[in-house]
Amino acid sequence: MNAYVGTPTSRVDGRAKVTGAAKYAGEFAADRLLHGFVVEATIPRGRIVRLDSSDALKVKGVVDVLTHTHRPPLADKDEAWKDEVAPEKGSPFRPLYDDRIRFNGQPIALVVAEDWETAKFAATRIRVEYEQEAFATDLESERGTAAKVDQPHKPRGDAAAALTRAAVRHEADYVIPSEHHNPMELYATTAVWEGNGGLTVYDKTQGVQNVQKFLCGVFRKKPEDIRVISPYVGGAFGSGLRPQHQVVLATLGALALKRSVRVVLTRQQMYSLGYRPMTIEHVALGAKPDGTLDAVTHEAIAVTSRFEDFSRNDTGWGEQLYKSPNSRLSHKLVHLDLATPCDMRAPGAATGVCALECAMDELAVALKLDPIELRLKCYSDRDQSGDLPYTSKQLRECYARGAEAFGWARRNPAPRSMRDGKDLVGWGMATGVWEALQMPVAVRIVLTSNGHAEVSCAASDIGTGTYTIVAQVAADALGLPIENISVRLADSTLPQAPVEGGSWMAASSAHAVLGAAEDIRQELARLAKAMPGSPLADVDAATVTLVDGMIASNGRNGPALSIADVMRHSKLERIEKEKLNQFAEDKSHARNTHSAVFAEVKVDEELGVIRVTRVVSAVAAGRILNTKTGRSQIMGGVVWGIGMALHEETVMDHRFGRIMNANIAEYHIPVNADIHDIDVIFVDEPDDRINKLGVKGLGEIGIVGVPAAIANAVYHATGKRIRRFPITLDKLLE
Amino acid sequence: MADITDQIPERIPINLIVNGVRRTLEVVPWTTLLDALRDRLELTGTKKGCDHGQCGACTVLIDGRRVNSCLTLAVMKDGAEITTIEGLAKDGALHPLQQAFIDHDAFQCGYCTPGQICSAAGLLAEGHARGADEIREVMSGNLCRCGAYPNIVAAIEQAMSRS
Repeated sequence: MNAYVGTPTSRVDGRAKVTGAAKYAGEFAADRLLHGFVVEATIPRGRIVRLDSSDALKVKGVVDVLTHTHRPPLADKDEAWKDEVAPEKGSPFRPLYDDRIRFNGQPIALVVAEDWETAKFAATRIRVEYEQEAFATDLESERGTAAKVDQPHKPRGDAAAALTRAAVRHEADYVIPSEHHNPMELYATTAVWEGNGGLTVYDKTQGVQNVQKFLCGVFRKKPEDIRVISPYVGGAFGSGLRPQHQVVLATLGALALKRSVRVVLTRQQMYSLGYRPMTIEHVALGAKPDGTLDAVTHEAIAVTSRFEDFSRNDTGWGEQLYKSPNSRLSHKLVHLDLATPCDMRAPGAATGVCALECAMDELAVALKLDPIELRLKCYSDRDQSGDLPYTSKQLRECYARGAEAFGWARRNPAPRSMRDGKDLVGWGMATGVWEALQMPVAVRIVLTSNGHAEVSCAASDIGTGTYTIVAQVAADALGLPIENISVRLADSTLPQAPVEGGSWMAASSAHAVLGAAEDIRQELARLAKAMPGSPLADVDAATVTLVDGMIASNGRNGPALSIADVMRHSKLERIEKEKLNQFAEDKSHARNTHSAVFAEVKVDEELGVIRVTRVVSAVAAGRILNTKTGRSQIMGGVVWGIGMALHEETVMDHRFGRIMNANIAEYHIPVNADIHDIDVIFVDEPDDRINKLGVKGLGEIGIVGVPAAIANAVYHATGKRIRRFPITLDKLLE
Repeated sequence: MADITDQIPERIPINLIVNGVRRTLEVVPWTTLLDALRDRLELTGTKKGCDHGQCGACTVLIDGRRVNSCLTLAVMKDGAEITTIEGLAKDGALHPLQQAFIDHDAFQCGYCTPGQICSAAGLLAEGHARGADEIREVMSGNLCRCGAYPNIVAAIEQAMSRS
């Protein structure tokens, strides 16, 4: 039955991507297309006293300049601006709404011209006078204003008392800077004016229906007036979960001018969107002499904007990983004059687990225990926050398989003990954990009598491989070759899907496909049995399967009829079924993915240059639908972890409340030469409780634990513990 | 202040031989080759990622050499032969690098991919890189945020071994 699921199937959208045929949001053509260029605020807080567009309007080719005083109406209620991913508490940012400046880089005008260069040039002719107000952008200097947010984790036992009596204790702050997603594609929207007030909006987004609903609310449009399409997304990593400025601005321009408008942000302007919030993670661990934990406290203090409370689960992961009778967790926010942060790959876990796993390494050193041995001593078979067992948890196997592949047994535990020529060699490890979520998704399958099927759904493929896994699951369920399956995604008129994020889309979309395919199977079985003289007349419909283009019984050994014949006889050109996925309600078990990450670094002792020469990531994530694209996803997560450990930092000049490195030359992301050996191991993890296919999702787990494994390896190489990320050579040489 | 309209320069006619086809167009001098390809010639396979030569997504081949088209003014290349990603496949058959990128899953979102492939084609023509370490070094001007680097290196090694 499984010709495709679980195999290394090549991406079905591969050809479009390697030939340049794949079209992204800013690449759709339209008649009389106008181009918008965004003008941004240059102060972090205050108000616009005067915005003079007169010179810009004189530039030949400029059509209009939209501002807060010159624009079509925008909704005035927060509810309209709250998309499905918006924080519960707060008032979402509204581009060109009023004279208030809430953060540096805030869009304050849109210059619309006949071509992009003209719009860009005219934007330099806009003159703005501000009334600046006192502002703050520095988390560390404002740490005292941190306010606690509600989080589900209840304290267990008395962590303070347990820490006081602990035989061995480790306590430290780990500081992780703000980071920007920097997908390769620039943020872009082409809003195509269809006449009669209708718009087709090509947008760079992780959720077309989220954007469609949002635009209808903000511009008070009927659902049929706005269609949002996003067939290819050039990376997003969380930055496309919420509707971004440019989609509001392009739509505003199109409605104002009754013409199609494209708005593409510059790389620099993309730094005015969301980001991973800077976090100070305070972790304290208390252990008994035998290395079992007695106390865990974890407090995260994170950045948010003045107008929305953005927070994620940084501190709860220890509850799932390590047994401790006493624990206390808290999350605090510092409100600053910045844009609201947003989800960025493994939000909360990437930062929180980084701190926890560095702390566990420090505790292992203090206890004179091997870091894996410490983790096994504290291994938790239950999620302590709800005292629940797991649907599956093969983390022990991850440690074992990863350690073996890495050669961990050959590690000399003493820091600075291993060398390769003039390089110090360090080996470190860490644990990763993420959630296995699933969401309501509907899929429509249209089977035609020529043996082809079209599978459609509003879900996005942001490079994650959704097109491919949907095709694989459909091909297997319908018994067709994958070449006969065409997949349509990311059009708001297609069956419902949430934003693509949180690693939930693989399981969610796969099970919607299974549901729709099952309805098709039942329909075909009914038709086949009803045919005059049918060889399947006496066969139980429930046992009939679709294999090799046939409606078959007893596997392929019993009577069978070809799907094409049955449809022809029944005078059916097509069978169409749409189904919402259904998952059994089950709160009795925790659902997680896990990993064990091993890293080797080589450090030039004189220059402090760090290279990550080897990473082994052993992942337990249920069934892997596609071992080829799945491996790539984990590999990409590891690359992100290397960036987080060694390169990435959004640097603020707090005197001006302004980002200093808003480009990809000075905001460093890993380049090819930074990346060496990455070995991905998928540990066998059967799970028949979580869902029918046993799928858990892979988008986030790849990054979690990687920064800590590298930091721990740097300590092992150098004897220096760097707790302020990224670990750059200046910090090693200090 | 001087009349701003005067500050928009006149358009200049140029010829570009793009993927073997002569294209005539008029551009203002500040139009980059990248924008000319994407906005004027509707060849959107060449990608824009930074406009500053920092990401390599806009890499094309000009007279056989790999160049960041965002740092190249279109008027500078009057008469030049330009190969973009749309020109690599011949008669529907993929270029060996295109096939190798699919075989090795050397991309995820696909946005840096045209630049990676054009850059790799230039690399093969240069004949400098021999092993994986050298490929990594000379491909470091092409960023991939999805982190497909090891697969990109493997794909280039495959194409190199077969060329």
